Amino acid sequence: MTGLKLDRRTWFVIVLLAALALLPLVAIATDNDYQIAQFRRILIFAIAAVSLDLILGYGGMVSLGHAAFFGVGAYIVAILNWHAAREVPLFGMMLGTHNVLVTWTAAVVLSGALAGLIGLVSLRTTGIYFIMITLAFAQMVYFFFVSLRAYGGDDGLRFPGDTVILGLIDTENDVAFYYLVFGILCAVLYATRRLVNSRFGMVVQGCRENERRMKALGFATFRYKLACFALAGALAGLAGALFAANESYISPSIMHWTRSGDLIVMVVLGGMGTLIGPVVGALAFLFLEKTLPDYTEHWMVVFGPILLLLVLFARRGIFGWFLPKEDRHGGSH
Amino acid sequence: MAAATESLLAVDGLVKRFGGLLATDNVSLGIREGEIHAIIGPNGAGKTTLIAQLAGEILPNAGTIRFAGTDVTGLTVDARARLGIARSYQITQIFKGFTALDNVAMAVQAQDGHNFRAWAPARADENLRKPAAAILERVGLGARADVRAVNLAHGEQRQLEIAMALATRPRLLLLDEPMAGMGKDESERMTALLAKLKGEETILLIEHDMDVVFALADRISVLVYGRVIATGKPDEIRANVDVRAAYLGDGDA
Ligand SMILES: Nc1ncnc2c1ncn2[C@@H]1O[C@H](COP(=O)(O)OP(=O)(O)OP(=O)(O)O)[C@@H](O)[C@H]1O
Ligand SMILES: [Mg+2]
Repeated sequence: MTGLKLDRRTWFVIVLLAALALLPLVAIATDNDYQIAQFRRILIFAIAAVSLDLILGYGGMVSLGHAAFFGVGAYIVAILNWHAAREVPLFGMMLGTHNVLVTWTAAVVLSGALAGLIGLVSLRTTGIYFIMITLAFAQMVYFFFVSLRAYGGDDGLRFPGDTVILGLIDTENDVAFYYLVFGILCAVLYATRRLVNSRFGMVVQGCRENERRMKALGFATFRYKLACFALAGALAGLAGALFAANESYISPSIMHWTRSGDLIVMVVLGGMGTLIGPVVGALAFLFLEKTLPDYTEHWMVVFGPILLLLVLFARRGIFGWFLPKEDRHGGSH
Repeated sequence: MAAATESLLAVDGLVKRFGGLLATDNVSLGIREGEIHAIIGPNGAGKTTLIAQLAGEILPNAGTIRFAGTDVTGLTVDARARLGIARSYQITQIFKGFTALDNVAMAVQAQDGHNFRAWAPARADENLRKPAAAILERVGLGARADVRAVNLAHGEQRQLEIAMALATRPRLLLLDEPMAGMGKDESERMTALLAKLKGEETILLIEHDMDVVFALADRISVLVYGRVIATGKPDEIRANVDVRAAYLGDGDA
């Protein structure tokens, strides 16, 4: 650990977060206020991508179903708000509410619990089987919401949300809501950074590096992987809750398996196992997804090879360019 | 004194079949506390398969394994490890992306516990780092603590794996050909390390190098086609007619 190494990484994080902090101010100064909701969405997907990095980059668990937890988080918020607005009972009780403390907590807890259940089954497999089984579960969740006619089915659900959060932040105020999301992203980055470097985080990384060795050392690996998987699901649910609050409209398409694929692309593009990388990945992905189609309708033909090259030559993704050479492949940060 | 003579590890009537192949053929074996017990035998004799059953990676078709007075035959790998069975593999199993020190710290953590602590940085935890550094020193890798395992020489990786096994403070070490693939210098260093461990640890040692085996082992068991054809002190094994015929060959020892 040389001083230089630490500096580069820290500088990268500082510059990135400072840029994100200034973004709405720049937008206002340049009469681009209308874009702030779009920027918020980027930060929200960044949170989802960071949560995926926990299992993908640190746990070595290639889940192709992560968007399901994002979607469930979003739907919980939407459904609770919808019931509150219509004063329709839920499970025979007046459970609907606009209170974000309740709706967001419910989103986090329930998507985490769902991830726990899905993990309980899928973590018994590894490799390609794990990819397929997480995909299958996610599609089940997707079709479950498609079939819920009461909540709009395929067409999705429009709902009036709470505009004042914790009596403090008005979601109608674009800038204030942006800083709330930004604050949550920073908190998630800090907490997950602590997590991956903790004893628990080392166990999870050990399972990625060599699970057989972990067992031979005496670790009951399953429970740690499961805890990590559930936690990542809960964080994705949090991102989903923010997404619902941001859009006031959601549909099952947000949890389609291709959305899980997008999240993987964000993580890989930005740099797996770096936490900050996926934030850059989300930025880059959503930016490219928006701008490339302006140049060519076959933008996927361009994007695909770029991604392939990244995977082949820079396992650390975009973030890796800012790391010293020996850190660009393998290992953990 | 009954307890003193009882083996730390007692294998009784162990059988393992792979289809039609009898890889372990009614093996009974006792490892005494403090001894180095070598298992020798030609390629394919079933040595690795035997160790895998002791460690719990392979379940036997019949027979029992008792460790420190408990029947462990049905226990998982990690449960047996927590009881004190540590191992090295014929093909090195380490955390390649971790530094040498992180590798051993992981092993220290295995017995120190608190694996759900998710806030305090593990790399600043003296309860993990200090013992890990001491063990690296003990196996002669003190100067290589901050090198990524993937960048260590082959021999160093094998030393590291033994360091990790030691870090779990095992009661029994299962070493599957610790010199496999090593050059002359590396082998000598490993032999010196094993000699240092002699008397301090209980070791079941699989090794092809007869010079090492006869120099280090307190007792030797000879495995041929899955069967133990002889067990005894090095001198007895050297003199054993069956062993000479089946394995050592004329003038080979
Ligand atoms: N999983 C398995 N499935 C089928 N056959 C196996 C399996 N593992 C081992 N065998 C066979 O069992 C026999 C014993 O193998 P084992 O690896 O235990 O031998 P060994 O004594 O360790 O040999 P070596 O000295 O080459 O390491 C061999 O014939 C091997 O091909
Ligand atoms: Mg073998």
